Amino acid sequence: MATVVTKGLKKFYGDVHALDDVSLDIEEGTLLAVIGPSGSGKTTLLRSIAGFVKLDAGKIYLDGEDITHVPPEKRNISMFFQNYALWPHMTVYNNIAYGLRLRKYNKNEIAEKIRWVLQLLDIEGLEDRKPSQLSGGQQQRIALARAIVVEPKVLLLDEPLSNLDAKIRLRIRFEIKALQQKLRLTTLYVTHDQEEALSIADKVAIMHNGKILQIGDPQEIYTKPATLFVADFVGTNNVIEKKGYVRDGVKFVNLGKLVLQAPPNVDVNKVNIVFRADEVEIERRNEEIPGYDYRFDGTISGKLYMGFKFRYEVTVDDENKDIKVIVNSDKDFSIGDKIGVFLKKDKVFIF
Amino acid sequence: MSKTGLGKMILKIIVMVIILFVILGPLFGVVLWSFAMKWYWPHPIPQEMGLKYWSEVFHRGRVLDSILLSLEIACIVVGLSLIIASPAAYGFSRYRLPFEKILLVLFLMPQAFPQLPIFINIAAIFSHYHLTGNMWGIIFVHTMASLVFSVWIITATFRAIPEELEQVALNLGASRLRTFFTITLPLAVPGLIASAIFVFLWSMGEFTGAFFIGAPFIQTAPVMMYTAAMGYNMQTASVVALILMAPAIIFMVVIEKYLKAEYIAGLGG
Repeated sequence: MATVVTKGLKKFYGDVHALDDVSLDIEEGTLLAVIGPSGSGKTTLLRSIAGFVKLDAGKIYLDGEDITHVPPEKRNISMFFQNYALWPHMTVYNNIAYGLRLRKYNKNEIAEKIRWVLQLLDIEGLEDRKPSQLSGGQQQRIALARAIVVEPKVLLLDEPLSNLDAKIRLRIRFEIKALQQKLRLTTLYVTHDQEEALSIADKVAIMHNGKILQIGDPQEIYTKPATLFVADFVGTNNVIEKKGYVRDGVKFVNLGKLVLQAPPNVDVNKVNIVFRADEVEIERRNEEIPGYDYRFDGTISGKLYMGFKFRYEVTVDDENKDIKVIVNSDKDFSIGDKIGVFLKKDKVFIF
Repeated sequence: MSKTGLGKMILKIIVMVIILFVILGPLFGVVLWSFAMKWYWPHPIPQEMGLKYWSEVFHRGRVLDSILLSLEIACIVVGLSLIIASPAAYGFSRYRLPFEKILLVLFLMPQAFPQLPIFINIAAIFSHYHLTGNMWGIIFVHTMASLVFSVWIITATFRAIPEELEQVALNLGASRLRTFFTITLPLAVPGLIASAIFVFLWSMGEFTGAFFIGAPFIQTAPVMMYTAAMGYNMQTASVVALILMAPAIIFMVVIEKYLKAEYIAGLGG
């Protein structure tokens, strides 16, 4: 297993900056998840580490060795393709054996390794089938087996769960994490699903427009987002844009009767208040909840039953009548109820 | 049965009858002619039938030779056109070549103009290089003219193979050459076969080029058929015509039997 370091990767497609000065480290045996919306450049990053992208600038190191110009077939980096890319004209066995045959293992060794990987991924008995005879979940495992059976130095996963249905996805998330830790695979995991990334990764990088906005461990990303984009992207969020003001050299912004102090670097004409729908509490207007730092008032204007909770749309009592926020709560209110919204200081981000 | 169902049914039957008449009508005439010993107007069927012309075709050197010559030419043309078209088509499908459009149109050129003037000119040029009156001249023009089919068909085939299927192989450590022979080529087989059949049938039936470049020293089957018909030997012409149809029917059965839709559908990845 190995470490991957990229330094200042750049790739432009015309005016589109797919990669714009991307530098990151993947430490040996750890899983780095790269998240971002589609078109953020995360797949380009993965494909350049695999060797399929001709970079405009930058260097890629594998165990300290410069592999920027090494062709893909000589890197020993396995890539898992989003659509699995199983060969339809070969059986499952031959699909998995392909990389092993290239590494000159003899027949018995190949059979042994395939037995090991099929058992590891719990897909024994499919050896003689063709990919078209398999379910989506089985195809996903075969593709994964094909990638890890050659014992690559690095494993690249491109949206590995995106083609599976939601229930299987949750289960396989655990399995991939367990597998990665068991084999101590240095892994780059690309996804657009922030929850998936936070739950599975040792470190998370957030990409947007070809740039890495923040890189850190999952808790850090969640609790201390560095930019508005990161704060908005991670979790179910409320973003309220308001005009602030300066008093005695300090910047402030109001939300109803609530006065919030803004950090010194914000643009006073465009202050964004961000908090998550799950990190607030609501109560009837005339009551208080102890332990919360902030409170603003509003009226329930929409209600959805989510099963485990209610999701409310709250219209804020503010001079701007259009401000609506989303709040999740297990308390039962009706539309039109006057309520107070309670927040904690460290759960409100101002950019 | 509802009224619209009945109407549909009648329409279907009418269309089928027309199709049968248009396709099988002339065919039936040809079959009758091939067995006719004596057939004078205004009799609807021959007065005397027999196998004389069939046995003549298979015994008399000239007719049999022309059929064998056509087969030989067609096989070599198929081989050459696959060998030339496959790499070219791969290039068109995977890389952005300079002047790609112009190159593709260039392949179209031999088919883009009336055949007669083209082949007369080619015959004039070929006579300088001793390529007229022999098999190789015909093979040359057939290969050239058939490249348009094979390049376009095989390019479409390669384009339909997702690039990821090749990238996985590279990613697992296969060289580009090995990737081509173990992944791309096997997946392209249906398209290659389609192209081969098309070129084979086209070469077997091609008349103009074979006539101007080969005749009178060598005669392919279509040229033979033409001269026989011109000499009012309708029987010989009909027998050759029926024999020339055989490969098309054989290929239809082969395609039906071995090129399963499932296999072709697998191309979609």
